[in-house]
Amino acid sequence: MAATTISVDNGVNVQALLDAREALKQAPEAARFTWRATCKWLNGTHSRTSVNGFHGLGQEQKHKTEFTFEADHPEVFASEDNGATPVELVLAGLASCLTAGVAAVAQNRGIQLRSVEAKLEGTMDIRGILGVDTDVRNGYEDITVTFNIDADASQQEIEALVAQSQKRSAVFDIVTNPTNVTVQAFKV
Amino acid sequence: MLGERSIDHVVLERGEIANSWRRERWESLRLLTPNFQCRLPGFRYDGDDPEGYMSSADVAALITRYAEASNAPVRTHTEVTSLSLDGDGYRLRTPAGELRARSVVIASGACNVPAVPPLREALPSSIECFTPFDYGNPSRLPEGGVLVVGASATGVQIADEIRRSGRRVILSVGEHVRMPRMYRGRDVLWWLERCGLWDERYDEIDDLERARNLPSPQLVGSPERATLDLNALSRAGVELVGRLAAIRDGEALFSGGLKNLFALADLKMNRLLDRFDEWASGQADLDVAPPERFEPTHAPASPRLRLDLASGEVRSIVWATGFRPDYRWLHVPVTDAKGRIRHDGGVVNDAPRLYAIGLPVLRRRKSTFIHGAEDDARDIVEHLVRSL
Ligand SMILES: Cc1cc2nc3c(=O)[nH]c(=O)nc-3n(C[C@H](O)[C@H](O)[C@H](O)COP(=O)(O)OP(=O)(O)OC[C@H]3O[C@@H](n4cnc5c(N)ncnc54)[C@H](O)[C@@H]3O)c2cc1C
Repeated sequence: MAATTISVDNGVNVQALLDAREALKQAPEAARFTWRATCKWLNGTHSRTSVNGFHGLGQEQKHKTEFTFEADHPEVFASEDNGATPVELVLAGLASCLTAGVAAVAQNRGIQLRSVEAKLEGTMDIRGILGVDTDVRNGYEDITVTFNIDADASQQEIEALVAQSQKRSAVFDIVTNPTNVTVQAFKV
Repeated sequence: MLGERSIDHVVLERGEIANSWRRERWESLRLLTPNFQCRLPGFRYDGDDPEGYMSSADVAALITRYAEASNAPVRTHTEVTSLSLDGDGYRLRTPAGELRARSVVIASGACNVPAVPPLREALPSSIECFTPFDYGNPSRLPEGGVLVVGASATGVQIADEIRRSGRRVILSVGEHVRMPRMYRGRDVLWWLERCGLWDERYDEIDDLERARNLPSPQLVGSPERATLDLNALSRAGVELVGRLAAIRDGEALFSGGLKNLFALADLKMNRLLDRFDEWASGQADLDVAPPERFEPTHAPASPRLRLDLASGEVRSIVWATGFRPDYRWLHVPVTDAKGRIRHDGGVVNDAPRLYAIGLPVLRRRKSTFIHGAEDDARDIVEHLVRSL
């Protein structure tokens, strides 16, 4: 495998990832990350979330720059459509996590990628969020991800790439498994 | 009431009188409504423990005495196997032959079968399943830990009893209604009745759908009049986990939204107590203690999200996930997509002179309680008499 990685470049520094894996075996505390986001309500259903600082490798870290995400609801919900709906942002999170995983796994397996496209569909019955029917859940009933991948690899190898990417994906885990959520509220 | 109006009628019962109280309750069950509330038309509790809580056998005896005293023309062991339209009336099929009736009141109960979520299908076969109908008592369960799913009246009572029998109990908690047993020195259901909330009519309630789907309150009728909320269960050593969301690859997965369910239930309980206080402040000479508030529901630091069902940690599951009516015999097209009878305060839609009684918030918030039958029955008989 080591021989093939030389000729393959998906833009992923696999060596750094493998080194990190080794280093963190010795120092599990450094592996504890805290990710943060701050959301400000703008108007109606429109809000802006920004991310910048996070904690990891034993210290405070910062993105190169602050990133922001606009979220709103579309006009069919009588909103102004100033941004993606929050549920679309969830799809975005899942898609980008799986795609990053595909690239990393491909690099590690010596597979050169030429193009990777993921199409996501989440189906939802909005009677849940509208409280029309309490038997209907609020969230997605089903999410389908379809990858179209052009690479020097067989169909089977491509399927294996995508499978391994899911196995190591944080967002795939977040979406498919329950997580304890604590929401606090303070009057200011 | 039909007799008082000289209307010819019969009461068909598939089992014995008070069948549900004889066959469909677990052994230790006591009513959660105090004795003084167990009223039937012209019938009041006259025993020496008005604040106590009846056993199922007591209730069966009460209803049997009522049937005798009221001379109700009950035909027992007469199951209705089919009810269908027949000209301008109805045809009822029973093993004892057919009957024709101009009008029918469906009083077959709201809790004929335990409602078990379909995810039960994914359970490994090593786990034994029980419902409130076949649970009986803790000794019927296989050795080992027990997962109780559902934390309304049935679930909290059964979880508590199993825990007391010395077993490990995990309780999966969904949406629930928290109430203290006693408030300001009175039974909480005394408050509910006296402040008028239980009499609230179905056509006065903002969100009727929600009111009709409300789970039963976390209450138990015990001689100690103890509160059986989730804090009490935690203290007794019951492990609280979130709503059972899925069973996948032999694991039970629980929602991580437990803290929000606690917050919602605490907020709602406090709003109810506020309402009691507000009512009380307008009453002269009310013999009650000063207002009080209860500690919030304590969430475990990080509730467990998954349980390996093959590990042997639990050997059985008790589904305390509610009950539903069974209308397999009802061959008049009056049910909705969820199999519920469509009705307006007990007057069944699109079926002349067909009525329902004993369903959740049928005409009042108290409709499914024993003492709630009287007012509803009076209204329905009134309608029936006018439409004959
Ligand atoms: C676990 C549990 C605890 C409860 N605790 C309380 C409490 O503490 N206090 C309180 O006030 N209420 C309590 N209730 C509610 C209580 O069930 C009702 O108040 C009361 O039983 C309703 O009476 P009902 O006659 O409408 O229904 P049921 O008691 O269910 O009676 C219906 C009858 O119809 C018969 N039947 C059904 N189908 C047919 C058919 N096809 N042909 C012929 N006969 C049929 C059944 O055999 C049954 O006898 C409790 C309910 C449950 C399930």
